[in-house]
Amino acid sequence: MITAGIDVGSRSVKVVLVEDAKVEGAPQLKYLVRGKHLMFPGDLDADVAAEKAFTDALGAAGIDRGQVSVIFATGAGRKMVKFAKDSVTEMSAGAKGVSFFFPTARTIVDVGAEEGRGIKTDGTGRATDFAGNEKCAAGAGSFAEAMSRALQLSLKEFGEASLRSEKSIPMNAQCTVFAESEVVSLIHSSTPKEDIAKAVLDAVASRVCAMVRRVGIENDVVLIGGMVHNAGFVQSLKAAMDVGEIKLPEMPEYVSALGCALLAAEGVH
Amino acid sequence: MIANYGYKDGSGEYYISIDTSKCINCPVNRACIAACPKSMFETMTDDYDDEVVWIKPAFRRSLAYDCSGCKPSAGRTSLPCTSACTPGAIQHSW
Amino acid sequence: MNVAAELMPAAADAKPEFWRWQESCWADETTDWHSAKTIAVGIDVGSVSSQCVVTADGKLYAYSSMRTGNNSPDSARNAFNAVGEKTGLSLNDVHFVVGTGYGRVNVPFSHKAITEIACHARGANYMGGNKVRTILDMGGQDCKAIHCDDKGKVTNFLMNDKCAAGTGRGMEVISDLMQIPIAELGQRSFEIDQEPEAVSSVCVVFAKSEALALLKAGYTKNKVIAAYCQAMAERVVSLLERIGVEEGFFITGGIAKNAGVVKRIEKILGIQAMKTEIDSQIAGALGAALFGHTLVQKQGPAKPIVS
Repeated sequence: MITAGIDVGSRSVKVVLVEDAKVEGAPQLKYLVRGKHLMFPGDLDADVAAEKAFTDALGAAGIDRGQVSVIFATGAGRKMVKFAKDSVTEMSAGAKGVSFFFPTARTIVDVGAEEGRGIKTDGTGRATDFAGNEKCAAGAGSFAEAMSRALQLSLKEFGEASLRSEKSIPMNAQCTVFAESEVVSLIHSSTPKEDIAKAVLDAVASRVCAMVRRVGIENDVVLIGGMVHNAGFVQSLKAAMDVGEIKLPEMPEYVSALGCALLAAEGVH
Repeated sequence: MIANYGYKDGSGEYYISIDTSKCINCPVNRACIAACPKSMFETMTDDYDDEVVWIKPAFRRSLAYDCSGCKPSAGRTSLPCTSACTPGAIQHSW
Repeated sequence: MNVAAELMPAAADAKPEFWRWQESCWADETTDWHSAKTIAVGIDVGSVSSQCVVTADGKLYAYSSMRTGNNSPDSARNAFNAVGEKTGLSLNDVHFVVGTGYGRVNVPFSHKAITEIACHARGANYMGGNKVRTILDMGGQDCKAIHCDDKGKVTNFLMNDKCAAGTGRGMEVISDLMQIPIAELGQRSFEIDQEPEAVSSVCVVFAKSEALALLKAGYTKNKVIAAYCQAMAERVVSLLERIGVEEGFFITGGIAKNAGVVKRIEKILGIQAMKTEIDSQIAGALGAALFGHTLVQKQGPAKPIVS
């Protein structure tokens, strides 16, 4: 049986296809990832984008549409995916997806482009508590991206630059809109790019951390979402949360879509 | 004068109000300052030359996070700052 | 008293920056400051704009409104120099300088710093008269609600400088997005066929995405601006309602010049804002100058700090 999970985020659509499987020597592995695909919808409406992403994912994996038994959707735009059988929240999908990689996970930090959340899980793949901030853009990924543009660095260079900084410049602004002006004035006063990059990532990390504190921080801590690729952010988050290690999954942007596909396979939500 | 320190954003409204008429000539020796585990209060002279207490500027924009350790969600039933201030000058809006 | 300010000409070679409002400077031609007994100056260094106000014997004499630069001392000097050039005043002629605004402690030539809360109340009391009781200040990066008594003394206040919603920066973001000069937004928000609902997001960042979606859904630019003005009005009113609104309602700050937001606020509250001929942006600096004037009456003039 092949199932699909479609995660319609605020900036990108992620699709994951899973198949139930029996793997010699690994009886605990009940599912395998058959395909994955990420697409930026640009100007397309959510349902059109989801359809296109799904078709492209099938094509890339060499799977026929008819072979997919169940499709579930998650993410900010999950209700727009008309061809999905059901939708699940990002909390459930995140917890399920993380348990696939790390059964020992207890605290999940999900930082997306425009929303951030902390999810508590009990190791069975269920979300037991969560705290999010969907109404306020501070503490989400697109802020870091906007600042990296202001510094004329790619996101990767931005993260690497922050690792080279040894200073801790606190940012006064709590709001993304004000922080932009603050970064501009830091640039004007010739503050080194490394220090600005670190200040920005520290600020996002502290807001994310404060959110996660509301559900309580318990090891193991796992970070999911595109920010995993930003080594500087991971470092800032480790420092803010005061933990020795944050586990990082492979395919971090796809974890929620994977969890969604697994929930589709189990027929639960 | 009632001084409200805090903010409202998409997630909610978080203000700590200080009634300065009850704060001038404090009868409990500024007990609020020691009571707050994050040392968010300090004395200052206001625009009308009265000595009163305020929330330090560094904390005013993150009250929801800073005060979370003293709120019911953290297992507490009363706030140390409002309990310490017997004249009742301090109030939380959430 | 002719209060129409002279507008400073924009640089001829500048690329059009739609969010940039015009700097201004005005002086009362009918008064000669040389014959005044007490000259007081108020400097308001805000995050977006800086004002300098001069009072002669407790009466408004001159003011300037300039964009805040990269640092507070320069912004303060810039604002004062604009007035100085117009009137021939120098710091040596001034008996007291009060600094206010978020940059108040960095006005190098000021004798005292007073918060913008107290100064706005005092300034509003001058501009609107002693019936002013509730003041709404919509500044560049903050929003304040203030209650005062008949002398302009503050009895209750609340400020929000954490969130861009309801501030000038929020309006600048929309002006930039729509590519329409900020001074025209208010008028254009009324050139619509039907009053739209407010943009649903409080957050400016999300409101921006919502505005784009509305345009795609067929809203005209004017209608999007109207939806945004309505959201800002609702947001600001909720701030005001936390401390209550009394008759004697006065609006200060840059956004007071945006009729699109002001009219919608008045409609929600069911109260008309008091009118004034004086530029709403100078309330803080004016209050500061008045505090300075009172201090000269109480303790005599202060030695000018000229660096």
